[in-house]
Formats: sequence, structure tokens, C-alpha cells
Amino acid sequence: MKFVDEFRAPELIAKAGEEIRKLADPNRHYRIMEVCGGHTHAIYRFGLKDLLPANVELIHGPGCPVCVLPMGRIDDGLSLAAQPDFIFAAFGDMMRVPGTHGSPLEYKARGMDVRIVYSPADALKLARANPEKHVMFFAIGFETTAPSTALTLVRAKMEGLQNFSVFCNHVTIIPAIRAILDSPDMRLDGFVGPGHVSTVIGCRPYDWIAKDEGKPVVVSGFEPLDILQSIVMLLRQLRKGEAKVENQYKRVVPWEGNRAALRAMAEVFELRPYFEWRGLGFISQSALKIRAGYAEWDSEQRFTVPGLRVTDPKAAQCGEVLKGVLKPAQCKLFGRECTPEQPVGALMVSSEGSCAAYYNYEHRKPISIANAATN
Amino acid sequence: MASPARKISFRETQIEMAHGAGGKASRRLVEGLFAPLLFGSSPGPLGDAAHIQINGTRIAMTTDSFVVKPLQFPGGSIGELAINGTVNDLAVSGARAEAIVVTFVLEAGLPTEILEAEVRAMGQAAEMAGVKIAGGDTKVVEHGKADGMYITTTGIGRLLSGVEISPQSVRSGDKILLSGPIGDHGITILLARGDLDLEAELRSDTRSVFPLVQALVQAAGAGVRWMRDPTRGGVATSLNELARDCGHGIVLFEEKIPVRDSVRGACELLGLDSLHIANEGQFLAIVSSEYAEAALHTLRETPGGEEAEIIGEIREQPESAVLVTTLYGGGRIVDMLVGDPLPRIC
Repeated sequence: MKFVDEFRAPELIAKAGEEIRKLADPNRHYRIMEVCGGHTHAIYRFGLKDLLPANVELIHGPGCPVCVLPMGRIDDGLSLAAQPDFIFAAFGDMMRVPGTHGSPLEYKARGMDVRIVYSPADALKLARANPEKHVMFFAIGFETTAPSTALTLVRAKMEGLQNFSVFCNHVTIIPAIRAILDSPDMRLDGFVGPGHVSTVIGCRPYDWIAKDEGKPVVVSGFEPLDILQSIVMLLRQLRKGEAKVENQYKRVVPWEGNRAALRAMAEVFELRPYFEWRGLGFISQSALKIRAGYAEWDSEQRFTVPGLRVTDPKAAQCGEVLKGVLKPAQCKLFGRECTPEQPVGALMVSSEGSCAAYYNYEHRKPISIANAATN
Repeated sequence: MASPARKISFRETQIEMAHGAGGKASRRLVEGLFAPLLFGSSPGPLGDAAHIQINGTRIAMTTDSFVVKPLQFPGGSIGELAINGTVNDLAVSGARAEAIVVTFVLEAGLPTEILEAEVRAMGQAAEMAGVKIAGGDTKVVEHGKADGMYITTTGIGRLLSGVEISPQSVRSGDKILLSGPIGDHGITILLARGDLDLEAELRSDTRSVFPLVQALVQAAGAGVRWMRDPTRGGVATSLNELARDCGHGIVLFEEKIPVRDSVRGACELLGLDSLHIANEGQFLAIVSSEYAEAALHTLRETPGGEEAEIIGEIREQPESAVLVTTLYGGGRIVDMLVGDPLPRIC
């Protein structure tokens, strides 16, 4: 398969692994954060940890939109959708995320009209096809998905579609990285930078991480070879004592980002003064809200939202795991009360969440994969 | 009869879609509610068909309901599935399907034309599989209640001689055979529903696997330990069930698992694992190592088995789990499917 197999070629991957072992100083411990949930998933899915020396440690970052969404927002969305003649539409990613009284899928089993859509435009189609119902698109995601929500809202306004609105939970990645770096218990050597987010925002927004914080950033693709090559690039910089932003994912990410997408976002969204992140707390200017010009299509402006706040179960240590302070298996609930099937914390829900990825792919793995892998 | 005192361990307060998806939740429902109330406390490993004895003759018996949307899809339709599914459940239990009875649950308002097409498809599939349709029943429910139609088929079969199948007979060192490429059916259905705006040259793999099973048993019967058709929940779920039932580790070699590019592409786009995608015309067999090569050769020589592969082997480790290894030395655990496969977007 083109554009995939080239980046999974065993001999190249083995070579990159070798290069990493050569570059890593045995007297030093490296802590590298992959910001994006897609990277976390790929690292476990392809077993890349097995190729890294023990002193190159990967810390899983906050870039999983489902994982950082506070439960109160899900409750708010579901309580709106409990109105008669309402359709709750969301990506498949959202369907198993637990609210206080169950996930969207469980609400569906109890009779709520819940639909999985593959893009916000599909939610718009639903609204056109069901004029007697109100379709609410429960929007999640970083800058990766925000532009498509923006364009959908532009379209809805243009068509004057009355029975459609967006419950906006879009967040932005930079403030989250800042919150992580500001956290006192956090020591990081560099970042594997987000791939898909950067296709929209480009590479410049990471400049301050290199210049002010002195940490290298390599924007990375999602295939095994991409991730390993990004680690090679980070180690090279660290070895030379450099800190700059580099782009490993040039085949997809333009340095300046996607201007049309940024324009659409600016037209429709403005920054919220603050927004709650699960595990990280309130972060100022970290999320998007729909501008007044689109108020009619904003579920929060159009309907009365309860504004529920739900504290996470005390025993769950999602915040520490999210910040990379704890490993998934070090949480008291991991694999016992909290499993992908019956998740307590959101990191266990999305397959991009570090707990779910760890549980699904790593947990129960024999310590030495080498023994098992010899054919 | 089940006495009212029997305890169930199924604690969930309502039935969710996941309980029918063939993964962990389905297993909890069967083991926690059905088995204790209907079979006594320990049903033992749950196979694809029950083996029963009548006057000293051992027969296999199985039943399956078909609820598929859309009713017709590239490569097949619900009628064909209903026959092949039951024939295959019997086949992987080591039995040749002899007779099938059919129940139709029809929705008022269903065009006769559609029903007729499905009944014809069933007749053809039965003829091809060499099985007799011995009887049936029909119910009609209100409009809007049954997605057009549901079909239940119940089949009995005669056990082939020279083969004994049980998860307990599986040993470390045994090989895992797969009859052909995986994921065709599940991805075909997903695309045929039409809400993805994706197109691919892909057809469901629905077919009877009996000719392949028969050839395998003739060539390597004494070495065949276990078989299963990996339908809902895919290869990963079937092999996880085996891992639990036999206690050994199942190690798969990723590069050996046959998957068509169109299936891989769809899985990549949607964030799905082809090991979790449903199949309707493939089967897995555990064969002792000394018979494995002969078994593979026979499968490949049998029409429809050309793409068969040895995809892995049984090891001591990881205990009761499935591990997929890659050529570059990485590995991942693959669990049963949890609920339905949901696409990842954001």
C-alpha cells in the first residue's frame, strides 16, 4: 500500500532503531513527550518501545481530544439532547466516553437518537434530511478537526438551516503544551510534535518551546519510521546541545500551515477566556467558542446549558498520567476498576488515550519480546 | 430444568449493542447469564456447535440469527449468509451440514420481490453447500421493527471421522493456519451502508468453508486440534477465546497475515484493526507442527484456499493472550474486540 508500506519497511525501521541506540548517550536518561494521541496509539500499535533503549523514555502527552474533555461537558451535551425531537451526532471517538449516567452509546440503547458521523458535514446532511428534528453536532478535537466544523457552520449559515447547531468543545494545543511545561513536576528533554494539528497551524507556533524553553521539537508523521526518525532528529539536536523546531512530516505539513483552514477558523471561532481540561484543570485561552455572528448555530447560545461540573473520581489519577508524571499502570485503578470496556477515566476510553493504548497493546506483554518473536 | 436458585454473575443493568457484537460483552452475557441458568454452572469452552448423542450417533447442532443492514451487499446477501454461516459453524466443529431449518421474521411492508430474492439466494447457497433445507417458520412484525427481515437458521451435521477438536488439546509449538485474506466481509458491509463516502473494489467473502475443512481433515485430521470461523469480532476475538480456553500464548507474525490492500486502506483511514473485522468465508485451524506444512499445502491446492497461510504459532508465553510480532522486532498484544468497532476521526 503506497505511502504506508514505505514507512513500515522492516530494514529501515531496524536501521532507525540502531541509529537511536548509537545517538543515545548511555550516561543520560532522555524523557521525550509525544504530544499527540495519534502518536501514542502508533507507538503501542507498532510496538516501537521494544526498539528503544531503556534510557530513551517516551512520555504520553495531552493530545487526545476525547481524553481531555471534562465529564461535565458530556453531561451538558447529553442533557441538551434529551429534549424531544433531538438528534445527538458525534464522531465514533465520543461514543463510549462515559458521562455521569452513561456514554452516548448507552443513552442510545435507552432510546436517545444518537448518530455516529464521520465529518461535521454529515451532521449537516442529517439536519437537511430530518427537518422536523434538531441535529446537534457534538464537536471535539484540536486544530485538526476545528476547520471542518468552522466550514460546516459557514455552510449552515449560508443555507439558513434552522434545525442544526454545534456544541463546541474544540481546544487548541499550544496552551496545553505550555501548561505541561509550567507544571513543576515535569522534566522533559524534547517533543515529538503533533502531526495533523501542524498541517493546519504549521510549525511556527512551536518556536517558543525551542527559543524560550530550550527544548527541541520535531513535528512528526504517524508511521513507525516517521516516529523513529523524529526521535533520531531529537537526539541529534540534544547531542549537539541545540534546540530548534524541525519538520519530519514535510510530505504533509507545510511550515506555514494551511491558511484557508486558519481563515475559516478565524471567521467562526474566538478564544474562550478559559476552559476546563480533564486532568489539567482550567487553562486560559485554550479553547474555541463560536462567534456571536453564528450564535443561532451555537448550541450553547441557543439553548440553556446546565453548565455541569463533575469532579473526576478521586482514586483515578488521570491528571498525573496525562502530564506524564505517572505511567498508566501506576494508577491505582488501572486494569482493575478501569478497563477499556468499563472506563472510569477518559484516558481509558479513546484508543489514543495512553491508558487504553497501554492496556490494549502492552499490558500482559512478555517482558522480553525478543524471546517471543524468534520464529 | 433450571432451578430459580441458580445464581448469575451478569451484573449489567440493561442490554447494550455491545452484548451482541461478539466480543467481551457477548462472552460475559453468555457465561454470566445464559450458561448458569441453562447449562448449569460450568458450560466448559463454548464452541461453534454443540455435540450431542442420539442413540449412540454423535451429531453437531448449531443455530444462528442474521441481522444485517443492508440486506444485500457486494458479494452476497442476508439469505446467503444465513445458510453459509450455519454450514460454517458446523464445518469448524468438524461436521458436514446435513439439514437446516429456517425462521423468518419479516417486517410488514417488505416488498415480496426482496423476500423472493433472498429465498432464492438461500436455495442456491444450500445447493452449493450440499445441505437440505428441511423446514421453517415465519413471523411478521410491525413496520419499522426488523430492518426488513431477520433470519434464523438451525442446522445439524454429521461429525467427520478422524478429527477431534478441543481447545484443551492445543499444545505449545502447534501452528495457526488461516484459510485466506481477512476483513473482506466487515469492510464491505461498512462501505455498503453508504455513510462513509468511501468506495473500494471489495466483496464479502461469504461462502461455505466446508470443502476446505474437509480437505484439511483428510490430509491432516490427526493433527487438527481446533477450528473456528472468525466472524463477528474477527480473528483477534476468536484467538483470544482460544487463548483463554487453552491457557497458552498465541503469537502471530504480522507479515504473514493475509489482508487485501483495500481492507488495509479502509482500516488505516478509519482507525480500525483488520484483526477485529468480521469474516464470513474464512476459518482458523490449529494444527500440530508435524502436520502443519502438509495441511497448508492441501489448503492451497483446494479451490478457494490458494491464499492460505501459517500466520503464527502456539507458545507458552504470553499466558492466555494473543501477541502480534513484527519483522522489525516490535510487538503488541491484541485483545478481543470491545463493543462494535468504532471509527476514529479526531
